[in-house]
Formats: sequence, structure tokens, C-alpha cells
Amino acid sequence: MTPTDRTHRTVDALVIGAGPAGLALAARLAAAGVDRVEVLDREQYAGGIPRHCHHTGFGLRDLRRLMTGPDYARHHIAAAIRAGAVLRTSVTATGWAAPRTVDITSPTGLERITATAVVLATGARERPRSARLVPGTRPAGVLTTGQLQQAVHLHHQHVGRRAVIVGAERVGYSAVATLHRAGAEVAAMVTDQPRHQTHPARHLGTRLRYGFPLVTDATVAELTGQGRLESVRLRHRDGRTADVACDTVVFTGDWIPDHELARSAGIALDPGTRGPAADAEFRTGEPGVFAVGNLLHPVETADIAALDGRLAAGPVLRHLAGRPWTPGALPVRVEAPLLWVSPNRIAPDGPRPPRGRFTLRTTRFLTRPVLTVAQDGRTLHRGRLPRTVAPGRPFHMPADWIARADAHGGPVRITAD
Amino acid sequence: MTVTTTGDLPGEVYDVAIIGAGVVGTAIARELARHRLRIALVEASDDVGNGTSKANTAIVHTGFDATPGTLEARLVREGYQRLTAYAAETGIPLEPLGALLVAWDAEQLAALPSLAEKAVRNGYDETSILDADAVYAREPHLGPGALGALEVPGESIICPWTTTLAYATQAVRAGVALHLNCPAGAVTTGEDHHEIATPRGVLRTRHLVNAAGLYSDEINRRLGHEEFTVTPRRGQLIVFDKFARGLVDHILLPVPTALGKGVLVAPTVYGNVMLGPTAEDLGDKTATGSSADGLASLREKGARIMPELLAEEVTAVYAGLRAATEHGDYQIHADPGRRYVAVGGIRSTGLTASMAIAAHVAELLTDCGLDPGPEREIEPVRMPTIGEAFPRPYQRADLIATDPAYGTVVCHCERVTRGEIRDALTATVPPGSLDGLRRRTRALGGRCQGFFCGAAVRAQFDAATAAQDRTEARR
Repeated sequence: MTPTDRTHRTVDALVIGAGPAGLALAARLAAAGVDRVEVLDREQYAGGIPRHCHHTGFGLRDLRRLMTGPDYARHHIAAAIRAGAVLRTSVTATGWAAPRTVDITSPTGLERITATAVVLATGARERPRSARLVPGTRPAGVLTTGQLQQAVHLHHQHVGRRAVIVGAERVGYSAVATLHRAGAEVAAMVTDQPRHQTHPARHLGTRLRYGFPLVTDATVAELTGQGRLESVRLRHRDGRTADVACDTVVFTGDWIPDHELARSAGIALDPGTRGPAADAEFRTGEPGVFAVGNLLHPVETADIAALDGRLAAGPVLRHLAGRPWTPGALPVRVEAPLLWVSPNRIAPDGPRPPRGRFTLRTTRFLTRPVLTVAQDGRTLHRGRLPRTVAPGRPFHMPADWIARADAHGGPVRITAD
Repeated sequence: MTVTTTGDLPGEVYDVAIIGAGVVGTAIARELARHRLRIALVEASDDVGNGTSKANTAIVHTGFDATPGTLEARLVREGYQRLTAYAAETGIPLEPLGALLVAWDAEQLAALPSLAEKAVRNGYDETSILDADAVYAREPHLGPGALGALEVPGESIICPWTTTLAYATQAVRAGVALHLNCPAGAVTTGEDHHEIATPRGVLRTRHLVNAAGLYSDEINRRLGHEEFTVTPRRGQLIVFDKFARGLVDHILLPVPTALGKGVLVAPTVYGNVMLGPTAEDLGDKTATGSSADGLASLREKGARIMPELLAEEVTAVYAGLRAATEHGDYQIHADPGRRYVAVGGIRSTGLTASMAIAAHVAELLTDCGLDPGPEREIEPVRMPTIGEAFPRPYQRADLIATDPAYGTVVCHCERVTRGEIRDALTATVPPGSLDGLRRRTRALGGRCQGFFCGAAVRAQFDAATAAQDRTEARR
């Protein structure tokens, strides 16, 4: 054997990432009679992020019932296998040998797989402390929620005794529960926003149960401690600072797609989501390469990702049947304070986005904002949203204006005021 | 092979003890290990290369811009040759990318010929002056306004962690006793030997080498010397995502001014791009934190050098302290009466010069009455490949066929396999912390900073540490 020997195979559909989106899609494709559907996951176990989310709330939208994360992951794994998809774990896609040809590494060696349809379902991750440019020393005890959940739920590791949580979105509240399970107290939850960004009932329930201070309008100015974290310095909007003693800090939310494979294929990214730019049928700019799940919208709930997977089955089947690759090419962009929109490519004469609407995010609270959709100075849509929108939570906009866009015009821009 | 982290020090009298297991201390230990000597290398922290050596700019300098005639100029020039050859022999990641000193104004442009001439005086005659078009042809993503550059083809990037670890590994395998967690306290110098107090008992040695980096001035005073005072100079750096690597293909150096060497942009051997360092003189030898002002100033400078770089994600931020002194040169002094050599004031060029410093110190020790005896061949070492320019285990079918652990990727961002982590944990000089494991394997050093793999890497580290504790308990 030479150092670089690879076996080479061909499959019909290669799905990269066995989280809810990838598994739901693989199940649909296999059930629809596609011969060779292979799902790869680089982790030791399939299931994606829900594997280590031990709280309930999974499955409402796609399965019409409520489950814990691990149960939800098991459901989707079983469904994909039952339908006839091949599920492989501890398999890492390391790069591209050609369009739709992926190089992989696994304990059994090096392989090269060519597929008629490649579907990227590689999910998203939270930006760590370094990417947020939080100054200070580099002590132990600095985590993201993903690492915290895996440490506690999958590896039963000791975390610290007293933690500060940075971020007051849904995922920050998950961190509260996980820290409690690990026997740590929450010294404070900190957000740079004027109030928390989860559902009021969730906020109230968590506060009543665990009792922790919520510090609003504040940022983390510095971490201190040699070896182990000793405190975080908070800076309030008015410039005052306060040190909070703690041995653990959890940076939550602030999601970025794990877009390494997409980007290394030269696939155009959307400047807002930082995931592949994709149309209403999950098509990227690269023929035969689809993208689904939180790679496209960092981050939506697991059941939304699974619904993506289901909805992508139709377009993937049509591609496998030989439909020409003509993705919607007209970009849809947002302007600040909006953060992103998904999908972000449209074809004015093509189908509407999933569930007939666009999903958007904002970087700050907006009270009943008016959204304007315009192209080359021409207004395509204007409407007031019925309620306040919060950062870290999705809001939606109807898609019935897309037929009014000019397929050959400039980018469509969405603004809020 | 002896590496200790706890317990009493052995009672024997060593021929030579070296205080400080940074890149200089380990290089000296390795150099002396080429003779049959009883050598102790003592280190205050839990790992080799854990102070100044772990947080530098990772560049191997030709010495083209040194002050001609200084000891530093000579040792950097010699060290460059020695380290380049050693890296090829041991597998230390090193890439000879070459540097461009980019001139952004007329004054800097006018300074280039004298820099080229200075390089010649330093024995380096391969520089050339490029006009603006030639600069942009080499570095198309450079920000607007570059007027020209001095090209220095020999400047290289290297893995500083593997370098220190290679020296330490080879030294320990050749018989050097490495004592970690062993800070040196009071020194009593007798007729025959020194006695150095440590929390782990008294270290006895006939000859003493002070390679204590930031603390070398304090040790020096304990031996009755006052030649220099170390003022830590902090350098903060920002490391950008691997996707930035395509933007830059040289070490982009500023033209030096009266204010210092300035901020550079350079690829790393791990495939990232580095921006920094700052230069801040501080009073505190433990102030290794980054600051909001420092990061803001780096971003401002980076935006001019390469605007596109700033749009990429940041993978890491770190700060290191250089052991600067009030002198313009290395402070290497021998005191034959006390059988003592001080190696102080080794600034950012210390990584490049390390092997030449070691050879120089070995000579000074002979002047101090050390009889090294005959030279011997020591066993060569081969270090794990963690540089991106060379095939890594996850890319090697032959390696995976012999052991599937090399095909099991644990750290996804850096593609570190279970086999590599296992090897590091059972190596001659194993890591004392997850941070040490990161420096040996890259695990946890990637863009997700542990979001995906942090808990799994820690589980493997904890399991190996527990197994070692059990083995030690049985002894």
C-alpha cells in the first residue's frame, strides 16, 4: 500500500452530516427508492447536536410530539436506517477531488466517493471567545454551550462551580440547565441587549427554578486568571465595570455555519448567514451540490432543520432524475440591523421558499418594524410586522412578492425601519 | 529516560544544571547531552517551552537586519543554518516562504537600500528591492499604497512548539534529567558545587546555566551579578482562520523604524495567518493577557496591510512576553570563578539562534572548567508532523492501515486523530495540561476552539493521565 491509496466508489446521493437535516433527507430519499443513499458523519455517533441537548422540546414541528434531544436523534437515526439509507460514522470528509467527488478519511482508510447529488448538512457552531475578541488571559474554564453540553451529558466531566453565561438567547437558557445538572451555580447571565431574547415563559420558568441574575446592556470586557479562570469583568453601557468572580464562562449563541466543505469547494457564500448561498430548493451555485439545515440558517431549531431535509427530498429527486441545474440566481440581501435571510437566492418564476416564507434574523430588538423589499430602487413589498422581533430568534416574511422581482435585475434588498 | 513532575529531586550532584526549559534551555541541554555528562534541566512550570517560547511570532530569521558586529547577529546567522538543517532532519515544520519588507511611504522606500546593504554586512546577500508592481504580483491581496519592498528570500516560518519539544525529547532520551514543576529558589555557591533550593528539595550541581528567560535577571542577582534587568515586552497577536491562508504567501514585515520592528502579517505552518505583535513594555512578568486597546490597534494596522484579512474569522488571540533588557544585545556572560553562565536578554530572535546559543554556552562552560569529555552520537529524533505543508496522519493510507486510530479524526477543525493524541500522551515528554497537548498535536487549536471536540479530547487526556497516575502509584 502506498501512502495515498484510496478506494473509489460512486453513489447516487451522498449526504454529509448526520444531524436532523441530513438524516431526515436521507430517510426520504431512500424511501422514495433511490438506490444508494449514503450519510457520513465525522462524529462517533450520529444524531448531530440533539445528541447532547438533554432538555425536551424537540420534534414539535416535524413529528408533532415533544421529545428530548437524544430521543429525537435516535428517532431520526432509526428512520433513516429503516428506509434503507447507509449511515456511516467516524468518517470525515476532508476535501474535494473534483466537483461532486469527496475525499474521506475513516478508521478503515482513505476513500473517494463520487455522487450524482452531494448534500451538505454540516450544521453550525457557536463563535468561541477568541472569535469574539474578548481580551484577557487564556485560562481554563472558557467554554461554548456545545462543549459544555458534551462535557456534561456525553462525557460526565466535572465543570466548574460558578459560571457566567454570555448571551441570553434560547441556548443560554439550555446552558443554565446543563450547568445545574453538573452541580455548578450560575453567577450571572450577561447580554449586550436591553433584555433577554428567549420566550418570556422560558425565561420566567428558568429564573424561578434556578434563580440567577440577568445582567443586561453589558459586555464581557476581560477574562482574568492564570491557569484557571478567576473572574470576568463586565462593562455596562454607561462605561461602569464590575468584576464577577467565577471559574467558568460559557459563550452561547453567535452562530456560524460549519462551512468548511462548502467554502473549500468554491461555493459562493451568503454574506449574512455565512453559509452557502442557496435558493428555495436548497440548490447552491455548484451543480449537484445542495445544502440543508443550519448550514443555511445559523441557527434554527432542530425540527426546522429536519423539515428542511424533508423538503429538500423533492429537489434532490428531480436532480437525480436528470433535471437541468438552474438554481435561482437572484441574490436576496439584508441591511443592518438585519443579520441574515434564508433562503437568499430566488428565481422570480420559480417555487416559493419552504413554508411560503423567508426566515430572518436581526442584531437588535425592533419594535413592530416595517420591512421593505426593493430591487434597483423599485419597491417589491412593504409591510409592518405584527410584533417586536428579537435578536437570536427567527421572524418571518411572506414570499408572495418574488414573482415581481426582475430575474435580470440587481440584488433584492431587505431593509427594516 | 527521566522526566519528573513531582516528588523529591535525586540527591546526586549533577555536572551541569540548566534553569529554564524554554527553547534556549532545552537547546543547551541537547547540546551538552552530546557528551557523557550528568545534566539536569529544571523548569518552574509543568511543561517545556511554557513561557516566552510558546508565544512568539514563529519566524526563523536570516539575521539580515541585526546590528552588525553584535553577538546576536552572529548567533542568529549561525543559528539559522543550524536550525534549518535540524528541522529537515527531525521533521520540525518549517517553510522557507521568504519575507517582504513593504514600504508604505517615501521615507520607508528610501530606507530599503540601506537595509539591503546592512544585510550584506550581516553576511546575507540575497535580498533584492522590488517596485510596487512586483510587490503586488507577489502579494495581490496587499492593501493599496505599497510603494515597494525589500525581498528577503531566506526568512522562514516554523513550529516553535515542536522545536522546543524536539530539543527536550532528544536531550531526555540521551540521558538529561528533566524536572518540571521545579522553580529555582535561593542559590548557595560552595567550593565544589552549587545548591539550589526548590520546593522539591535541593538541586546540587557543579556548573550552573541560567536560561530562565523573563526571570534570568533575578537568578543572575542570586549569583551576585547585576549586568542586566529584564523588562518584559508584551506582544499580542491575532491568529486568523485557515481560510485566510490563501490571501498571503510571504512574511510581510514592516520597514523597521525608530519605534521598533512593528506589526507583521505572516502565514503559520499550521495554515493560519498571524497579525502582530504589539510591543508594550510592562513591569509585570505574568501579564500575558491581551487587551482591548492592543487588539484594536492590531486590527487598525492589519486593515492597512491587508483589508481582506480582517473579514476572516479569528481563531485565536494570544500574548507573549519577550525578555528585553536595557542592552542592545544578548546578555550571555560566564563567571568561571563560580562555574556559572548567564543566558539573558534573549529576545524574539532566540528561537532562530537557539542552537548557536547552545554551542556558544557549551564553549563558555569549558572556559569555566567543565571537562565535557569526548563527543558522542546521540539518537536522532523524528517529531510528529503538525505542519500543513507535509502529509498529516489522516491523509496517509499506509499509516491508517497499520493502526486505525490514525484514521479516527477527533479534533475536526485541525484533523487531529486519536492515534496522534495517544502518541503525544505517551511520548518521552508528555503534556502536563490540555494546553500542552494542543501545542503537541494542534487538538483544540482550531476554529471551533473545542465546540465539537473539547470534551472528547479532554476525555482522552484524562484517561491517559489517570493511567499514568495508576502506574506511578504501583511503583
